[in-house]
Amino acid sequence: MPYIPHTPEELHEMLSVVGVRSLDDLFADIPSSMRPKHFNLPKGMSEAAVCGHLEQLAAQNCPGHVSFLGAGFYNHDIPKAVDALAGRSEFYTAYTPYQAECSQGTLQAIFEFQTAVSRLMEMDCANASVYDGGSAIFEASMMAVRATRRRVLVVDEAVNPIWRAMLASYTSSLDVEIKTVPQSNGCSDVNALLAAIDDVSAAVIVQNPNFFGVVADYAAVFAKAHEHKTFGVISVYPVMQSVLKTPGEMGADVAVAEGQSLGMSLSFGGPYLGLMACRKEHIRQFPGRVVGRTVDVDGKTGYVLTLQAREQHIRRAKATSNICSNQALCALRALIHMSLLGPEGLTRTAENNMGLARYAVERLTALKGVALLNSAPFGSEAALRLPVPAADVVKAMTAKGVVPGYPLGRHYPGMENVLLLSCTEVNSRGQIDKLAEIMGGLL
Amino acid sequence: MKTIFAQSVPGRCAWRLNSDAPKASEMLPEGLLRKKAPRLPECSELDVVRHFTRLSQLNYSVDANFYPLGSCTMKYNPKFTEYVAGLPGFARLHPMMAQLEGGADCAQGALRCLYETEALLCELTGMKAFTFQPMAGANGEFTGVKLIAAYHKAKGRNRKKMLIPDAAHGTNPASAALAGFETVNIESRDGMVDPEAIVAAIAEHGEDIAGLMMTCPNTLGLMEVHLPRIVAELRKIDALLYYDGANMNAIMGKMRMGDAGFDVVHLNVHKPLATPHGGGGPGAGPVGVTERLLPFLPVPRVSKHPDGRFFLESNLPQSIGHIGPFYGSFGIIIRALAYMLRLGGEGLTRASEYAVLNANYLKKKLENVLEIPFRNRFCAHEFVASAPDGLRALDIAKALLQRGIHAPTIYFPLIVHECLMAEPTETENKETLDAYVEALKEIILTGKADPQALQDMPTNLPVRRLDETAAARHMVLTEDMG
Repeated sequence: MPYIPHTPEELHEMLSVVGVRSLDDLFADIPSSMRPKHFNLPKGMSEAAVCGHLEQLAAQNCPGHVSFLGAGFYNHDIPKAVDALAGRSEFYTAYTPYQAECSQGTLQAIFEFQTAVSRLMEMDCANASVYDGGSAIFEASMMAVRATRRRVLVVDEAVNPIWRAMLASYTSSLDVEIKTVPQSNGCSDVNALLAAIDDVSAAVIVQNPNFFGVVADYAAVFAKAHEHKTFGVISVYPVMQSVLKTPGEMGADVAVAEGQSLGMSLSFGGPYLGLMACRKEHIRQFPGRVVGRTVDVDGKTGYVLTLQAREQHIRRAKATSNICSNQALCALRALIHMSLLGPEGLTRTAENNMGLARYAVERLTALKGVALLNSAPFGSEAALRLPVPAADVVKAMTAKGVVPGYPLGRHYPGMENVLLLSCTEVNSRGQIDKLAEIMGGLL
Repeated sequence: MKTIFAQSVPGRCAWRLNSDAPKASEMLPEGLLRKKAPRLPECSELDVVRHFTRLSQLNYSVDANFYPLGSCTMKYNPKFTEYVAGLPGFARLHPMMAQLEGGADCAQGALRCLYETEALLCELTGMKAFTFQPMAGANGEFTGVKLIAAYHKAKGRNRKKMLIPDAAHGTNPASAALAGFETVNIESRDGMVDPEAIVAAIAEHGEDIAGLMMTCPNTLGLMEVHLPRIVAELRKIDALLYYDGANMNAIMGKMRMGDAGFDVVHLNVHKPLATPHGGGGPGAGPVGVTERLLPFLPVPRVSKHPDGRFFLESNLPQSIGHIGPFYGSFGIIIRALAYMLRLGGEGLTRASEYAVLNANYLKKKLENVLEIPFRNRFCAHEFVASAPDGLRALDIAKALLQRGIHAPTIYFPLIVHECLMAEPTETENKETLDAYVEALKEIILTGKADPQALQDMPTNLPVRRLDETAAARHMVLTEDMG
C-alpha cells in the first residue's frame, strides 16, 4: 500500500486496542443517508506509469517554441541553486512557523525576504507575501479603504487588465467603487489621474512599467494623493525595479508586485507570489503574515510571527483580511534568487532585457507598416502597431514555432492591431532576427 | 545566525549576466531611474548555498520529525510529485498561451491535466464541477461564499446572514465578511452543530440567511451526526450549505459532500492530496459546486470540444469573475493529480481509513494521560484533548519540541480548555505513535513534579522561548528597522 506503513499484524493489534473489528467500523458515525452513492475513481497506478502519463502531457505544450509573450508574467532564467535550496525538504515539508523555536529557518528566511522586498522598493517594511500580484493590489486597496474610511478607488486603465478584473470581482460585494481613468495610447494619462483624485478617493492605483511597457514617474500623482489624504498604490515589475525610480522615491504608500519574475517558473499560471511593502505608519493595516525580530529568554536573537492581532485566527470576521497562508516557499525562492543575483545581477538582467527590447523594436519597425504605439520611454516590453490584426499574426507565427507577443485588442477596444512584445534574458538577438524574418514574411 | 545581508561583501556576485547591453542611463531618462542600486546581498554562490542549507537545518519538517499538527494533515509528500511539477513542458508554459488564438494547440497537455483533475475531484466529492482559481483554502472559502451570494442575487434576493459554528476556523467568518455577509455564531452542543440552534437562527433571521459554513468532521474531530436534519432545515428556506474541506482526509471514500447535501466545497489540496505545505504555502484551494451553482463559477473554465480538443471558455454571463489571474496554482494542482492517479479510489479510501485508525489508536492510548472529551465516541482523523489540571498546553507543546516532535495544534478550537489537537495522519507507523504516547506520559510526570522544568523548555533548539510582546512592540520587520 503506497505510503501506508502498517503491517497486517499491526493493523490487527491497533484495531483491537481501539475496540473495533474492521476499519469501516470506525466510520459508524456517518449516517447511511450520507454514504457515497458511487465512488468510481480509477485504479491506482505505479509511480512510473503516472510519470509516463504526465511526461507525455507535458510534451504536448510546445516546450521548444521561441516566445516573446510577457504581459506581466515572464520567462526568466532561474539559477539551479534556487531549485536545489528551495527543494530542501526541511523547507518544503514544514508548515506555518507557529512553533517558533523549531521553525527559525522559515522565520529568518521570511524576515530576510521582507528586508529584500523593502530594499528593492525602498519602502519601510514588507509582509510575508500574499497569493499573487492581483491579490496584492486588492489587499493594498483594502488597506486604503480601511485607513481612509473612504470607498472610491481611482485605477489607471494601464494597470494589467487581469488584475483590474480581479479587483472588480473581489470588491463586487463590498461598499467600494472603482473609478477607471482611461489610458491614452498606451500611456497613463497623468492629468486625468490628477483630476480624478479628490477628498473621497481612498487610493490611486498605478503600475510601472504599465501594462504597455511604458515607464513613467508617478511622484506628482502621489503628491496630489497626499494633499487629499489618499493612498498612493503602485504595482511594479521586480526585475525592472532594479533600475527604475522606486516607489519610495515617488512617495507611494503601498508598493506591490507580481513576484513571479524572481525565481518562479511560469507553470501555466501559478503558484506565483504577491509582494507587498508599505510605509511604517500603515503596518497595522497590513494583511496576512508578518515576521519580526526579537530575543529569547537568554537574550539571543530570534524571529517570530508578529502583529497577529490583525489576523483571522484572532480577529475572525473583523480581521484585516481573510488570508491565512502566505506563499512561503515562493517567497523563499524569491529571496534566494535575489541573493544569487544581487544588485549587479538583477540590474544587468534588466539592462540586458531593455537592450534586447530596443533591438526587437528596431528590427520590427523596419518592417513595412510596423511602428511603436507611442514615443514614451519603455522598459523590456514594448507595444507595436501592426498593419493587420495582431491576433492573426500571433496565430500564424505560433504555428511556425515563434510566439511574437500578446495581442491587446481583447482588453483595449481599438487596439486590435497592437502587439505587446516582451524580451527577457532567455531570448537572444538570433531569436529576434528570426522573429523579424517570419513576421516580415507575413505582413 | 547572521542574516544573508550581514554576510554581504561589496563587489561579490554569484550570477553575473554576460551582456553587451548599455547602462540603463543610456536607454532611459535619468529622472525615471533609481538613484542607488537596491541593497540586495552580494555573495558567492557557495555563500548563498551554505546560508540557506544552514537555515533549513533550523526547521522541523515532516521529512525529519513527527509533525502531528491538528487540522493541518501533515502527511508524507511523495517525492515523485516534485518531479512531475518540474517537467519543462509544464514549468515553462506561459498561462496566456491557452488564451491566444491558436495558442490552445500549444497547451493541450496542461488543459487536459486540469480537465482530468476536475473529473477526479468531482467523483471524489460528488460535486458537478470544480474551479481551480482559488490559491489557498481561505481564497476558496471566499470564492464559495461569493458563489452563494451570486446564487441568491440571481433569484432576486439580498440575503445578508451567514451561519458559522463556534468551532469553525477563523478564516470562515473572515471570508464571509469579505464577501459582504454578516456572520451569525452557532453554538455547539455535545461537540457538534446543534440542529436546534439552526432552527432558532432560522426563526430569528428567516430568509435573510444565505447559508451555513460547516467543517465535517468538525474541528473537534467529530462527525456531525445531525447533518441530515440540518440539511433539511436549511433546504426549507433555500439556504445553501458550504463544506470547508479542511478535514477531508477523514472521509475519502466514506462520504461525498454532494451526496450528503452540500452545495459548495473547497479543498485544501495540501492536506488530503499530499501536496507540500511549503512552510506556509503555496497552497491551492479548488472549489466544487453542484448543478445549481454552475453558472456562477469563475472564468475562464476548461472545456472539451466534441472532437476531443480542450479549450478555455470565458463567456459565462453570470460568473463571479476572476478570483485568480489564470487557472489557479497549476504547479500544485499537478502534484495533487499525480497523487490521485498513483493511489486511485482504493488508495484514497485506504488513506482515510488508516488516518482515522491512527487517530483513534492514539486517542485510546492517551485516555489516561490527557483529559479527552467525547471519549466514548470515535474520533475522525484528529482529536482534541485538554492538558491535565495545573499544566498548560503551551508548556506541553514546548516539551514535545525538546524531544524532537512537532507540537500538536494548541488553543484551537477556542471552545476546548487548554486544547491540544493532534492529527497523526495515515503515513505514520505504530512505533512513532507509541513513542509520542511515551513522550507525553514522561512530560506530564515531569510537569506535575516540577512545573518550572516544562516552562523552561525547549533548551536544546536554536532558540529558547521568544519574547513575542517585545516583537509586537518594537516591530523590527526588516534589517533596516532595528
